Amino acid sequence: MPTPQEAIIEVRNLTFGYGDSVILQDVSFDVRRGEIFVVLGGSGCGKSTLLKNMIGLHRPQAGRVLYDGQDMVTAEGAQRRALLRSIGVMYQSGALFGSLTLTENVRLPLEEFTDLPDAAMDLVAAMKLQLVGLSDFGQYLPSELSGGMRKRAAIARAMVLDPQILFLDEPTAGLDPIISAEMDQLILQLAKSLNMTFVIVTHELPSIYTVADRVIMLDQRVKGIVAAGTPIQLRDDSPDPWVRSFFRRETIPDATGGQTSP
Amino acid sequence: MKQPTRPPACPDLPADVCQILDNSAGTLSLALAGRLDASTTTLLWHRLIQLTEAAAPQLLRIEAADITYCDGAGIGLLMELARRQLKRQGQFSLNGLNDDINRLWSLYRPENFLEIQSSRAHPCCLPEEAGRLAIQVGHGLLDMIRFGGELTLALLHAARHPRSIRWPEVWLVMEKAGVNALFIVGLISFLIGLIMAFQATIPMRQFGVEIYVANLTALSMLRELGPLMTALLLAGRTSSAFAAELGTMKINEEIDALNTMGLAPIPFLVVTRVLATIIVMPLLSLFANLMGLVGGAVVLLSLGYPLVTYTNQVKSAVGLLDLTGGLAKTLIFALIVAGVGCLYGLKTRSGASAVGDSATRAVVSGIILIVIADGLFAVVYYFLGI
Repeated sequence: MPTPQEAIIEVRNLTFGYGDSVILQDVSFDVRRGEIFVVLGGSGCGKSTLLKNMIGLHRPQAGRVLYDGQDMVTAEGAQRRALLRSIGVMYQSGALFGSLTLTENVRLPLEEFTDLPDAAMDLVAAMKLQLVGLSDFGQYLPSELSGGMRKRAAIARAMVLDPQILFLDEPTAGLDPIISAEMDQLILQLAKSLNMTFVIVTHELPSIYTVADRVIMLDQRVKGIVAAGTPIQLRDDSPDPWVRSFFRRETIPDATGGQTSP
Repeated sequence: MKQPTRPPACPDLPADVCQILDNSAGTLSLALAGRLDASTTTLLWHRLIQLTEAAAPQLLRIEAADITYCDGAGIGLLMELARRQLKRQGQFSLNGLNDDINRLWSLYRPENFLEIQSSRAHPCCLPEEAGRLAIQVGHGLLDMIRFGGELTLALLHAARHPRSIRWPEVWLVMEKAGVNALFIVGLISFLIGLIMAFQATIPMRQFGVEIYVANLTALSMLRELGPLMTALLLAGRTSSAFAAELGTMKINEEIDALNTMGLAPIPFLVVTRVLATIIVMPLLSLFANLMGLVGGAVVLLSLGYPLVTYTNQVKSAVGLLDLTGGLAKTLIFALIVAGVGCLYGLKTRSGASAVGDSATRAVVSGIILIVIADGLFAVVYYFLGI
């Protein structure tokens, strides 16, 4: 049994920018095994950029991203492939392959990375789809589904190889409140039953209160983390009025002077 | 079942992962141990299914206390055994699963997986496939007729109100489909004229009538090959571009946006493209004719004939009727090239491969229709004596 405090991802002094404009400066934090970790912040603060650095799509200008001590930034070849297999990513719009049915989408990683017999792949795909509540939609093409269903199918595809860590980019953005709540429940259920670590990028407050064990908050002004802790802590006790306002969904009080919203 | 009695114990079962504890009196007991991941599952899948199918036990008992790790594939294997047992109305018991794996296992119920659909529905047999194809072709023809009608109306309207046409876009399409195609059209026509003349020289020389190579080149270029080659090149170049452009617009909901703004896509997008193609195709075809004749001239010059002999021979061989007859065809070809490209672009469905499919279909249908139209022209011209 892993100890709850053990860090599964360590981000150390990460710096990244596009060209000359630096987006993230010297960012460091840990993600602990088995927790639901939320990255949040206003629009344009580098949430998705941070995510892409963590999953190896972008190469940081400086710093390290360690998965169980192995650096994703410098990993190459077989080591990198092994690291990538230990994570699953759900992209914002699902990024399902439009020419494949849901079952085929979910089967694809199994076909490529395992030697399972056909019937076994069909069964595992059907099970994963049932887990996200889409058991009746295996034969559908992604274009025939709603946005929420596509996101859930994308989660099923991301976890079909049983990764230790699941990254979700805006899992509830653009969904109605009921579907959003169902999505939150799904995430909680998966975290509890599969013992997975979740890293979620979002700025949907209700979701954050429901699912997050810990959050870090990014801000454009400091090009990095302005606050870290549990959502309740940040809402009630943060010294930064901007952070408190964010969590209470208020406008910034005028008296705060320099602390204006970007 | 071929063998209702006890089957031989599976000799090739990997003993460190799976052992048969008991196989008698309608009870099959298996012990699984170690890591039950994708690779072990691959190893066990067919063997265990074979074993259980052959034994068909009343009770399938699995001792799972020694399983240390189990992923989705492993759960899949247990599920397969459980659901097969359920299907033959036997009993299934899974004992000693540790808490972590048990939590995973309890997410699923075997009765939900009695019917597994394979990844895609395949057509059952040839008649079904043929039927589907026939319906598809029928729909395609209907679409084409409907589109042809709408396009005709839109073109008539544009002819009556020339100011309603968006001329800047027409110029742009003319440049892309016409000017930019000049090089490839010229090169291909030149080479066709050259090769045709060269090949014809060899038999003609046996009769000492090499000069008639000029007649052959001129007649076939002006009447047939010039317009046809231009049309085929534009079908590959322009038709596919139209299909891809309009298809991408369809996927990005730009066509929907036009519709809700009250701008029908056919007058707004298709008329400009058709018009531009109709204008440039005869010009390109004229250029193709010229380059083909130049190609023929190169061959005859290299045989030692002076240029003036060649030109006189060409003049005597073809008349204005041959030229205009050829150019008249290009108007219809242009309509086909642009129309088919736009039609398939507008018919694009969703998905990443849809645009590619549309472009492919546009080129293939365009080429087929052009060849058919050319054949019809040959018949009509024959009866008209052109």
